[in-house]
Amino acid sequence: MTHSSSFVDAKQKRTDTRGYTGTLAISRFRAPVPLLEIRRVTRRFGDFVAVDDVSIAVEPGEFFTLLGPSGCGKTTLLRMIAGFDMPDEGQILLDGKDLADTPPERRPVHTVFQSYALFPHMTVAQNVAFPLRMAGRPAQEVARRTQEELDIVHLSDKAGAYPHELSGGQKQRVALARGLVNRPRLLLLDEPLGALDAKLRVEMQLELTMLQKNLGITFIFVTHAQYEALALSDRIAVMNSGRVEQLDTPDHIYGSPRNRFVADFIGKINLYNCSVIATSSESLRLSVAGLGEVWAPPHADVPAGTAGTFALRPEHARIVPRSQNPLMKNHLFGRVREFFYVGDVTTYVIDLDSGVRFQALLANSAPGRAKFFELGDEVAVEWPNEAGMFLSR
Amino acid sequence: MADAMKRNTSSRLTKWLVAGPPLVFLTLFFLLPALIMVVASVRYPGEFGALAPLFPTRPGEEAGLTLENYGVFFSDWIYADIFAKSFGVAALTTLLCLAMSYPLALLIARSPRRHRDLLVLLVILPFASNFLVRVYAWMIILGPLDLLFSRFAVIVGMVYVHLPFMILPLYTNLEKHDPVLLDAAQDLGANGWNRFWRVTFPLSLPGILSGSALVFIPVLGMFAIPEILGGKDDWLVGNMIKESFLGTRDWPFGSMLSIMLTAGVLAIAGIAAWAARRVTVHA
Ligand SMILES: Nc1ncnc2c1ncn2[C@@H]1O[C@H](COP(=O)(O)OP(=O)(O)OP(=O)(O)O)[C@@H](O)[C@H]1O
Ligand SMILES: [Mg+2]
Repeated sequence: MTHSSSFVDAKQKRTDTRGYTGTLAISRFRAPVPLLEIRRVTRRFGDFVAVDDVSIAVEPGEFFTLLGPSGCGKTTLLRMIAGFDMPDEGQILLDGKDLADTPPERRPVHTVFQSYALFPHMTVAQNVAFPLRMAGRPAQEVARRTQEELDIVHLSDKAGAYPHELSGGQKQRVALARGLVNRPRLLLLDEPLGALDAKLRVEMQLELTMLQKNLGITFIFVTHAQYEALALSDRIAVMNSGRVEQLDTPDHIYGSPRNRFVADFIGKINLYNCSVIATSSESLRLSVAGLGEVWAPPHADVPAGTAGTFALRPEHARIVPRSQNPLMKNHLFGRVREFFYVGDVTTYVIDLDSGVRFQALLANSAPGRAKFFELGDEVAVEWPNEAGMFLSR
Repeated sequence: MADAMKRNTSSRLTKWLVAGPPLVFLTLFFLLPALIMVVASVRYPGEFGALAPLFPTRPGEEAGLTLENYGVFFSDWIYADIFAKSFGVAALTTLLCLAMSYPLALLIARSPRRHRDLLVLLVILPFASNFLVRVYAWMIILGPLDLLFSRFAVIVGMVYVHLPFMILPLYTNLEKHDPVLLDAAQDLGANGWNRFWRVTFPLSLPGILSGSALVFIPVLGMFAIPEILGGKDDWLVGNMIKESFLGTRDWPFGSMLSIMLTAGVLAIAGIAAWAARRVTVHA
């Protein structure tokens, strides 16, 4: 599988650039069988196909994310991994063994539910102790490990509280501690941060990744928040109406989306219909609706005449005053119609002379000035050939 | 400031308007009669039933207040015995109702939503036929089996009549349980029994308590069923009270029995509430 090898590459790259060492040892010597393998799984509800021929292999120690719009089948897939639902076709294997005959309570897989699903009649400590007691651990061990786990999530002082006495973030941490306390092979998290406010959400994201790296437990994380997925994940499977559109590392998903859906779903991007005029080994010449003739990096096997999508990230475009001569081959003129100032960067919406919209993003990095252009400014936009992307539809 | 005070007064007024009518009703028709009963239980019986006057109208007549009735109650084991028997029957009926209702209530609560209302309707359907008719039906069933006029027949009748009062509060409670809690329990390693015993059951304790109260208390006062289905030995407190008022026409004695019954129920309710506080915790 090509995905698995690119995962290893990315892991090493992350190690180099960010200094992670925790999971390197595991990922460099890739296990002969993946921890979890989803093999051509399909799930139908009547005529409706909720999960459509999905194949995914998750490696040990990975932070794996299922990302996609509402209703694309993320929860359905997660429920099949946990054992609450069965595939109509295909197999789910854990450590190479088919899980079909293993009920949820005997799978070494725990779930953190979006609503937390804490037991309201149990204290925080009793909630966290629950999986240990179900596993039949001796009372002393239960008490000790519950205490340890509460320490890890900084809730020791709430051990005797009931769930209704906790804040959202605290409930979240109890659910996490409960899911992790007896060290499952796999932790499934179904939009666990969805109910938190923005600031708490960022805090919990940080805690989540640190916890995952420290414990080395494999996470499968479900979200429809793209930035969350990019920030947290080792790999992401982007899903759309039951299918996996792209399975890759965050930088590849963002930098080289495989099709229009992925490009559009992840981050901001300019998208235009286009067709190929000519191809060569150095570049692709495109005819783009509203932009005219544009050069893009070469693309394997697209003959002249192929229709597709031209995509360009706003941060890859440069804006200069119209009076200043553009230096790059790809350039167009227009007028600033709107801008969204968010402090560190400003996104400019530009009406090109041809009438189409174009977004360009500029860092507000010059000292002493908040931003570079004002409404109505006459500008030129330009971008290097290699910034553009040709996508099949 | 003035605004806040006005708002405060008007909200208090609303509160009184809402709470007022039931309060007046309960004071007039519950609290007052209860007080009359207390007073009646310390008076002498009238010569031809009812109560003797508070002040003697002719010499030698028994009048005024007395603790004699209570004295009688505590002087003979027979009353304590009947009380114990009654509480025993009530407890047994409650347990049997609970044992029979729980699975049914659970079944209804977990059946598809569109079927639930119909099933609940079926549970309360027996109320549509007359109480006496339903009890007499048991005579026809138990008679040929030679089980009539026995403690067994009394219990059967009691359980039969009070079953819906247990099923409904249980169902109302169980229906509110969040199914994701059972998923979570199963996900964390709980088998079927543990999912019931550690999640469903503790969460249903409030339902069990209210259902039990709704069965236990009416059974204590019930006289019709022992009278129809039971033998002479199966008389309960309810029969004694009824007999005091309608048979021997000794109102003060009947009042005393009622007061003692109420005291007993309150004592048990107090113990139950105390135990519940220790067990149910926060739900
Ligand atoms: N039990 C079911 N019966 C019928 N249809 C179902 C069932 N469960 C899920 N579906 C359908 O399958 C599709 C996928 O649902 P799923 O819950 O997996 O989506 P999701 O990706 O988790 O979405 P969200 O982000 O909103 O949670 C939805 O269209 C949903 O209506
Ligand atoms: Mg979902």
